[in-house]
Amino acid sequence: MNLTPVPLLFEDSRPGRRCMVTAGADRASAVAGMPESELRGKPPALPEVGELDLLRHFTRLSQKNYAISTNFYPLGSCTMKYNPLVNEAIAAQPCWSGLHPWQDADDVQGALALMHGLAKDLGEATGLPGVTLHPAAGAHGELTALMVLRAWLDERGDNQRRTVLIPDSAHGTNPASCALAGFDVVTVKSDERGLLDADSLADKLGPDTAGLMITNPNTLGLFEEEIAEICRMVHEAGGKVYMDGANFNAIMGWTRPGDFGVDMMHLNLHKTMSTPHGGGGPGSGPICVTEELAKYLPTPQVVERGGRFEMATPEASIGRVRGYHGNFMVLVRAYAYVKRLGGEGLKRVAENAVLNANYLRVQVGEHWRIPYDRICMHEFVARPRKEMNDQGVHTMDVAKRLIDLGYHPPTVYFPLVVHEAIMVEPTETESKETLDGFAEAMAQVAQEAMAGDEALHAAPVTTPVSRVDEALAVKDPQLCFRCGS
Amino acid sequence: MPYIQNSDADRAQMLARIGVTSIEELFAPIPKALQLDRPLAIDPGRTEEELKTHLAELGAQNVPAASGPCFLGGGTYDHGWPALVDHLMQRSEFLTAYTPYQPECSQGTLQWIYEFQSMIAELCGCEIANASMYDGASACAEAALMALSQTRRRKVVVSRGLHPDARLTMETYLKHVDAEVVEAPLRDGRTDWSGLVDGDTAAVFVQQPNFFGVIEDLDTPQALAAEHGALSVASVYPVAMGLLRSPGAAGYDIVVGDGQSLGVPMGYGGPSFGFFAARQASVRKLPGRLVGISKDREGRRAYTLTFQTREQHIRREKATSNICTNNALIALRGAIHMAALGPQGLEEVACVSRQRTLELVKAMEEAGFERAFPDAPYLNEVAFRLSDDEAVERLRGALRAEGIRAVVPVSCWYPELAGVFTLACTERVQPDQVLRLAEVAANAVAQEVSR
Repeated sequence: MNLTPVPLLFEDSRPGRRCMVTAGADRASAVAGMPESELRGKPPALPEVGELDLLRHFTRLSQKNYAISTNFYPLGSCTMKYNPLVNEAIAAQPCWSGLHPWQDADDVQGALALMHGLAKDLGEATGLPGVTLHPAAGAHGELTALMVLRAWLDERGDNQRRTVLIPDSAHGTNPASCALAGFDVVTVKSDERGLLDADSLADKLGPDTAGLMITNPNTLGLFEEEIAEICRMVHEAGGKVYMDGANFNAIMGWTRPGDFGVDMMHLNLHKTMSTPHGGGGPGSGPICVTEELAKYLPTPQVVERGGRFEMATPEASIGRVRGYHGNFMVLVRAYAYVKRLGGEGLKRVAENAVLNANYLRVQVGEHWRIPYDRICMHEFVARPRKEMNDQGVHTMDVAKRLIDLGYHPPTVYFPLVVHEAIMVEPTETESKETLDGFAEAMAQVAQEAMAGDEALHAAPVTTPVSRVDEALAVKDPQLCFRCGS
Repeated sequence: MPYIQNSDADRAQMLARIGVTSIEELFAPIPKALQLDRPLAIDPGRTEEELKTHLAELGAQNVPAASGPCFLGGGTYDHGWPALVDHLMQRSEFLTAYTPYQPECSQGTLQWIYEFQSMIAELCGCEIANASMYDGASACAEAALMALSQTRRRKVVVSRGLHPDARLTMETYLKHVDAEVVEAPLRDGRTDWSGLVDGDTAAVFVQQPNFFGVIEDLDTPQALAAEHGALSVASVYPVAMGLLRSPGAAGYDIVVGDGQSLGVPMGYGGPSFGFFAARQASVRKLPGRLVGISKDREGRRAYTLTFQTREQHIRREKATSNICTNNALIALRGAIHMAALGPQGLEEVACVSRQRTLELVKAMEEAGFERAFPDAPYLNEVAFRLSDDEAVERLRGALRAEGIRAVVPVSCWYPELAGVFTLACTERVQPDQVLRLAEVAANAVAQEVSR
């Protein structure tokens, strides 16, 4: 990593430095006829930096990151798999990137065919044939699906069902999306096996139940073995089942949510379908629903009519949930991924994701507690041993020490149902040697923790900065160069 | 197998280490009855070469507007960007990193987000900005939700000149929280606010310039909002900020918009990024991620995600928004592009886009076309009027036949404006292309008359 501080662009700014120049600008003729009251005196004070210095600035910043291309990145629930380079090469072509969203359907038949084809493949993989590609991310997909649920209830004249049940191991987006869609959240406890407890679910189902949001495999990396019965119970109570598909990577080609009773789910194309995370997006969170619910999906949808593709609005659509037609350029990458792998390849993905996770689980389990220590799916959750906590070592110390050993830390302190959780998801694209290296690092950290080694509290020391004072950032907020300085 | 490194020998060793004899045993937690007993009905896999061929064939069925003269607008514009932007976007340390939850090994991402926030705040004339939203439409919806929550009122008043996708997205979002969207109509292309803003109004939304390219008066809606204790919200076209005053300077509480015009390929409409700027005092109500400056243990400047207690991963159903993944990488594009422009570059792009538009209006008027709102001031997008939608479609087709992508008909969103369409210019449009557009358009209309 590049340890040298990089000044802010604003600090490197010098009046008159230029990068991008547009010829022929003449302010006086440009503003002729524009209302004086709406004109500004001078343009915004953006930084003034030359092209080479800009290149160095951002290149040096990039060198201050861990990324999949540089380091193992076993973030649980995030599916940090290899992002194939060919997808980037394809997406860079003007035949995709140069399309304007209001072009004639005749100009964009390739784009529409791609969206139609991707929707069809996602419908097949999930067993849920109604697909919208609009949502920009998983949370957006959840919200969209909950709006679909509401539309379905409204059409039945059912305004009593305002409650959505959510297991305590769920992602935070689940309850947050419920609140935005106007539903009340009731939390359902996990049982001692780390699974949704069918009995406590039965207690909470009632005439106010709109549905259940369930993650499967769940955030402990465990398949909800009673899922078919759970879906049946929710349906019997008059609700619908939503599945958070963040962990679909583990089961692709092995089982289909539509077949075991799920009514709606989202897919994170930036997880399962290999599109890059980009430091926090853009993602894409298509939702797949049953035939019954397809008529409520957002507008517009690609349809095929006599060999020609065009946009149409579903019969009882909830309306728009964003601008234009979805994160199209992400869809191009996901389509390329699905078409490269094919149906059989997608199944191999799940197999190797599960193989890698279990291989790592048994090795990490030699030194760390695995609260639910049995065959897992794509990820597992570990935690420090009591003896480590007694030495004053906590999960945060472990995470920071791993950075010094060259690994991006796993997801920590999530799921909430495991105290001091360390959630590891290796993905299918890592080699055995990389997994062995990580297991050795975890063993080393465990030994250091048992010995009360200072390195754990000092970590990280190999990074551009040491541990950051997060409280100070709230106490003395400096959120942008002008206001905070 | 593509992208999977495990060999058969590796797999055998790994299974042995786990203590199972087959992959199937690892899938035993999935009840047998639920396991798929057939292969997925998805095409067989392809080699990389076959994949490239397949996508090339599919891509050949597209005619990208950006490859020829493009006068299409309606919220997405064919602006240019330097090669620097494309190059830096492929830095895999940006491309393949996750959300910077571990600040020590994510300082690169965190610093550029801080710089992005600073530049957006400067552009909008606001004190703070967040790390990005999905797009302009969802940023508007989030602004509405924030206003509802802050004022505890149930109504927003929205200019009918706001991008239709944003208006419709807000409607979808708001009906689920029992709030309503009231539209302020257009009179001669500008918003008429009279009699709509009152003590039940949570926010007032204006777009600058509006969907028809018309420059709105920012003072009236801001004053009405302030008078009734509502929030004033403006959605802006970033390029316009090279010439027009910022809503922040005009006293607006929230400024949002879509960043597509800041170096983002049109990409059939996405992904772009949304931006969201506001007052420092409202920081705890803000949706989305925020980066701030703090210190590390040695007292060095260090960047970190902050005010995370607003967010869903901490606050769950009480979060200010459900947003998690946003459009970070595209916001990075915007940050690099804004830095590449600098103040002068931004002004130049705005000026040249406007100059071409003046030439276009002159040429179109000489060709006999009439502006839909002849008295309304505009920047780089203009509405014209023909007799009916069929005439607009024929014009669009005639231009398309000549390789010119132009004409956004508006009546699908504005039934009251049959026959109205818009044209837009960017700095990429050349003067001779403007003349050619007017010539082809004039011929198309002449044929119409002689028919």
